[in-house]
Amino acid sequence: MSRLQSTFEALRADNRAAFVTFITAGDPDYATSLDVLKGLPGAGADIIELGMPFTDPSADGPAIDKAAQRAIAAGANMKKTLQMVTEFRKDNASTPIVLMGYFNPIFAYGLERFCSDAAAAGVDGLIIVDLPPEEDAELLEPANAAGIDVIRLATPTSDDVRLPVILNGASGFVYYVAVAGVTGGKSATADDIGAAVERIKRHTDLPVAVGFGIRTPEQAAEIAARADGAVVGSAIVSLIEEGVNAEEPRAQTVEKVLNFTQSLANGVRSGRN
Amino acid sequence: MALNSYRTGPDEKGHFGQYGGRYVSETLMPLVLQVEQEFNEAMKDKSFLAELDELNRQYIGRPSPLYYAERLTEELGGAKIYFKREELNHTGAHKINHAIGQVLLAKRMGKTRVIAETGAGQHGVATATVAARFGLKCTVFMGAVDIERQKPNVFRMKLLGAEVKPVTSGSATLKDAMNDALRDWVTNVHDTFYIIGTVAGPHPYPMMVRDFQSVIGRETKEQMLAMEGRLPDSLVACLGGGSNALGLFHPFLDDADVAMYAVEAAGHGVETDKHAASIAGGSPGVLHGNRTYLLQTEDGQVEEAHSISAGLDYPGIGPEHVWLHETGRVHYVNATDKEAMDAFQLCCRTEGIIPALETAHGLAHIVRMAPDLPKDHISVLNLSGRGDKDIFTVAKELGEEI
Repeated sequence: MSRLQSTFEALRADNRAAFVTFITAGDPDYATSLDVLKGLPGAGADIIELGMPFTDPSADGPAIDKAAQRAIAAGANMKKTLQMVTEFRKDNASTPIVLMGYFNPIFAYGLERFCSDAAAAGVDGLIIVDLPPEEDAELLEPANAAGIDVIRLATPTSDDVRLPVILNGASGFVYYVAVAGVTGGKSATADDIGAAVERIKRHTDLPVAVGFGIRTPEQAAEIAARADGAVVGSAIVSLIEEGVNAEEPRAQTVEKVLNFTQSLANGVRSGRN
Repeated sequence: MALNSYRTGPDEKGHFGQYGGRYVSETLMPLVLQVEQEFNEAMKDKSFLAELDELNRQYIGRPSPLYYAERLTEELGGAKIYFKREELNHTGAHKINHAIGQVLLAKRMGKTRVIAETGAGQHGVATATVAARFGLKCTVFMGAVDIERQKPNVFRMKLLGAEVKPVTSGSATLKDAMNDALRDWVTNVHDTFYIIGTVAGPHPYPMMVRDFQSVIGRETKEQMLAMEGRLPDSLVACLGGGSNALGLFHPFLDDADVAMYAVEAAGHGVETDKHAASIAGGSPGVLHGNRTYLLQTEDGQVEEAHSISAGLDYPGIGPEHVWLHETGRVHYVNATDKEAMDAFQLCCRTEGIIPALETAHGLAHIVRMAPDLPKDHISVLNLSGRGDKDIFTVAKELGEEI
C-alpha cells in the first residue's frame, strides 16, 4: 500500500481529515527549507506538498511566486529538491511527500529520469498544475511505473462532463481547487466547498483534499469537517517572506512557521468534533 | 516523411508535430475548450465572417497596399523589394487583425471584459481599440520596463479607456505580463476573454491568431499576381512570437518556390546572453500554455530575453514556427540590435517610412540578402508596424535628446 493510501486510511479510522501543508523547496535557502520540512510532521502535517520552484508560476499568487523567486535566487534546482526529499526520508518513512509545480522543470530534467529519481528519493505523488489530463499521458506512464501517483485537480469550473475526464487516470487523491483564481487569493464559503466535494465524490472513491484560500485554523477546521483533507500553502509561505524581510535569524523563522503549522493542525483536528 | 501540405495543422488537440498543445491549469481548461469550439463554429458562420470582412475594410482599412520600395531596391542593387504595408492599418500595426477577430469571438461568447498582455504596446493598443469599439471593459498587462520604453502607447491605451496594469514580477517584460494576464484570466473566467497577442498560448490560440492574421498573406498573393503576374521568390518578416510572420507566410506554405525568412532578434548577438532568438538559442520546453522552444537554463528555468525592440523581447516563440523550422520549410535567421538600427535609418531615408523597431529586424535581413540576389528576384517584407512609438528609444540609441 502506498504512503498516501495508508495515511488516508489511518485518518479515516481516526475520523479526521488530513492536514496538508505546502512549502517551496529551497525557500529562502536550502538549509532553512530542509529544517522546516523536517519539522512539519512534528507540527501536525499529515501530508507535505513540496513546491518545485519555477520562474513563471502563472497559476500562483504573489506569496508563492515570490517564494519560488527567492528559492531560485538562492540556487534551488530540481536536483536539490530531490536531495531534500532524500534527506527528509532519513528520519521519516511515513509522511507522504507530493511534489507540486509546473511541467517545464520536469520536462527539462527528462520525464523518465525524473520519475525514477523522485521515486528513489521517496516522493509519493506529483501535482503538475499546467498539465491537464489532455497532455499528461507522457508523465503518467513513467510516474505510475515508478509507483508515483499523479494527482489531478478539480476546480469550480469542472462540471459533470469535465469531471470524468479529470478522474480517469487520477490516483492518490483529488485536489479540489476551491476558487477560480490563483493561490493566496479569495476564499470560498465552507458550504460551497462542501457541495463541490460531495459532487466530486459522486464520481470517485479517491479522497478529496481542498486547497486555495485556507489561511486560518478556523477555516481549516471548517474544511476538515467537509473534506478528506485541507491544504494550506500561501499563509505558511508568507511567514518565510516576513522572516526574510525582517532579517530575523533563520531558526526563529523556522520556529514561527512550525508554531503556525501546529495551530492550523489543531484547527484541522478540531474540525469533526 | 514528405508532407502533402504544410497547411493542415494543428491536429485536433492543437499539436504541430510535438509542439503546441494546451498546458493550462484545470480551471481554464473548460474555457479554452469552449473558445476552440466557438472559434470553429464562427469560422463557418457566414454572418460572423461578413462582419469580420466589413470591419477589416471599413475600420482597419484593408486591404493594406503592396508597395514597390523603389529607392531601397536601387540602394541595395539586387532583389526587387516590396513592402506589405501593415503599418498603414488602423492603430499602426498588424496586431489589429487578430484583435478584431478575437473581440468578435468574445462578444459571440457573451464576455463583457477583455484582457491582453503587451510588449511594445501595439497589441495592447489594438486590444484597447477594439474593446472601445465594442464597448467592452479592457485591462492590459504590461511590464514596468516596457511601460518606461513605450510611453506613447501607454497613454494611447489610457485614452482608449483601457486600464494598464504595470507588471513588476520577474523581468517586468512581456513574459511576465503574460503570466499576470493568465492569473487574471483564471480569476475572472466567468466574464473575461483573453485576447492573446501572438501565435502562442494554449490551443486554439496559435491557430486562431494565425487564421485571423492570414489575411496578410492572402492579400499579398492576390496583389502580387495582379502587379507582377507571378508569386514572389521570397518573403521576409520579423519574429518575436511570430504573428506577422505566420500571417504573411501561411497562405504561401504550399507554394514550394517561395522561400521564407523569419528574422529573430539577436540583441547583442546570439552568442551572448542578451538576445531573444528562441530558435537560434533556445531548446524545447513548456510555457504559457504551449510546448515550443524557450530560452531557458538546463534546469528548465526561463531566462530573460533581450532586444532593443520591446515587441520581440520574449523568450519563446509560436509552436507552429518551431514545427516549420524543424521541417525546414521556413528559414529562421536573426538580426542584432545594431543591424536593426541601421536598417531602421535606411528605411526612413530611402522610403520615407519610419518602421517599427520590430519590423527593422526583418528589414535588416533584406539589407543583408538583397544585394546578392538577381534583379528579377522579388522579395516581400512584411512592414508589420510603424515606428512612431520607437522614436524615444531610437533617439537614445543615437545619443540625441528630444
